[in-house]
Amino acid sequence: MIIFTDVSKRYTTGQEALKKVSFHLNRGEMAFLTGHSGAGKSTLLRLIPLIERNTGGQIVVHGQHLGRLPSQRIPYLRRDVGFIFQEHKLLFDRSVFDNVALPLVIAGYRPQDVRRRVRAALDKVGLLKKEKQLPITLSSGQQQRVGIARAVVNKPPILLADEPTGNLDPKLAHEIMQLFAEFNQVGVTVLIASHALSLIKSMGQRTLVLQQGQLIDDTYPHP
Amino acid sequence: MKRSTPSRNHSTPPPSRVVPRSQVKKGDAWLMHHVYVFLASIKQFFRTPITNLMTAAVIGITLALPTGLLVLLENAHNLSANWGGTLQISLFLGVNVTDEVAHSLSEQLLNRDDIQSVRVITREEALNEYRELSGFADALDALDTNPLPAVLVLQPINIDANLDKNNGLLRELEALPEVDIAQFDIHWLQRLFAILEVIQRGIIVLASVLCAAVLLIVGNTIRLSIYSRHEEIEVNKLFGATNGFIRRPFLYTGLLYGLSGAIFAWLLVNLSFWLLEQPIKQLSRLYYAPFELITLTWQSGSLLLLIGVVLGIIGAWLSVERHLHEIQPH
Repeated sequence: MIIFTDVSKRYTTGQEALKKVSFHLNRGEMAFLTGHSGAGKSTLLRLIPLIERNTGGQIVVHGQHLGRLPSQRIPYLRRDVGFIFQEHKLLFDRSVFDNVALPLVIAGYRPQDVRRRVRAALDKVGLLKKEKQLPITLSSGQQQRVGIARAVVNKPPILLADEPTGNLDPKLAHEIMQLFAEFNQVGVTVLIASHALSLIKSMGQRTLVLQQGQLIDDTYPHP
Repeated sequence: MKRSTPSRNHSTPPPSRVVPRSQVKKGDAWLMHHVYVFLASIKQFFRTPITNLMTAAVIGITLALPTGLLVLLENAHNLSANWGGTLQISLFLGVNVTDEVAHSLSEQLLNRDDIQSVRVITREEALNEYRELSGFADALDALDTNPLPAVLVLQPINIDANLDKNNGLLRELEALPEVDIAQFDIHWLQRLFAILEVIQRGIIVLASVLCAAVLLIVGNTIRLSIYSRHEEIEVNKLFGATNGFIRRPFLYTGLLYGLSGAIFAWLLVNLSFWLLEQPIKQLSRLYYAPFELITLTWQSGSLLLLIGVVLGIIGAWLSVERHLHEIQPH
């Protein structure tokens, strides 16, 4: 589903964020991406929906070679990738419902389908009763779950999360991780960047370790 | 969260595009989205009514200036057409036609229905006039005979500025055996028309420049709007919005600016002409001339609205094209 082959990313400032990273994430697989801050976790995630372009190597996502993807195809690639941001990136002048509905409206779903799917997604993250509220009235954990509902509402085959539990207490963080595991169980390919090592350990999933832009470890849980 | 998981091998060549899921891209959904965006733009427009109405007023004044001038020009054309009543015809008689014949011809012509008055300029009078005015007195003295013909100056009845219509009369007069040349005294009218033509060109140039100004006004307003909705654009892009999707609300906003500006211009022009109407009526009464002031017709008004809308959309388009790529997700 996601194939990295010798992928490098060098910023125009000369800073080398990723150095020849190679890994292969299968369809329906779940993995964690860990490492110190500045190790390149965010950069790696952002290459997948082409928020940034890699400067070396090759990336294949959902059967598409990103290097050969014309820019007018990027929107359609992004519709296949649900992205959860550490800073939520919610629109604060819109209700929770409208925030979650955004990917569906963009993809041109009919209003009745939008309503049905948004309610289903909000129900999944336990925020069905908050649909009319503005995001500002919600707690940080609730806002994060609105972000998750938005990322999964159009049922993308790939789900990426950048530090989804960054500001949450351990109990909430664990709940969120559990939610990702549930999505994975219905076939979604999930890749989560996180530095919460103990939490990752408790999930018992494949873990990729980045250090200064290089992939130094790729461990599978022992059964 | 049920997903069918089709078995596709990673090593197979990538499809040129991912097949859209069945729920998306329904025509009615697309249309509804347009209606939704349009209504949202209207709502957005009235969220800051003072600012937006001020922008509309600026566009309105810009559009009202050439529109008003063109209507004024239309009135000038109309007025000069009325002046056609003073148009005269000169009949140059043959050199060997005597003054007696000229006088009897003038009597004859006066009996016609389509001729109001005839003035005879005899050969002697013509010579004297020429002597006084031309400064060739000495040259004329050197001649043995008077080289100038007698002239009949006719005032036709009901002639308008459309000269073609009166060619019949002119041809008829020229066919008379005593007449050498028959011609309209149209130089001053032609000059007037030429001046009006120049003014019209000037107004069209001015209108083009002011249309460009409208594009800039709309473009700049849209630019500010793009920056204030920076975050929304970024999030939309992150979740797969095409450029068309992002462009749409701004194009509708541009349309609203153009439309409201054109409505403003229409009102402004009509108000100005309403203010002019009374004094002009009074003036035309003093000249005993029936003169109807032309104002903006429904057709011209609709054209004005159309121009406003088109300018609004183009201005918005240019602005969005220029600034949209600057906003990329970070």
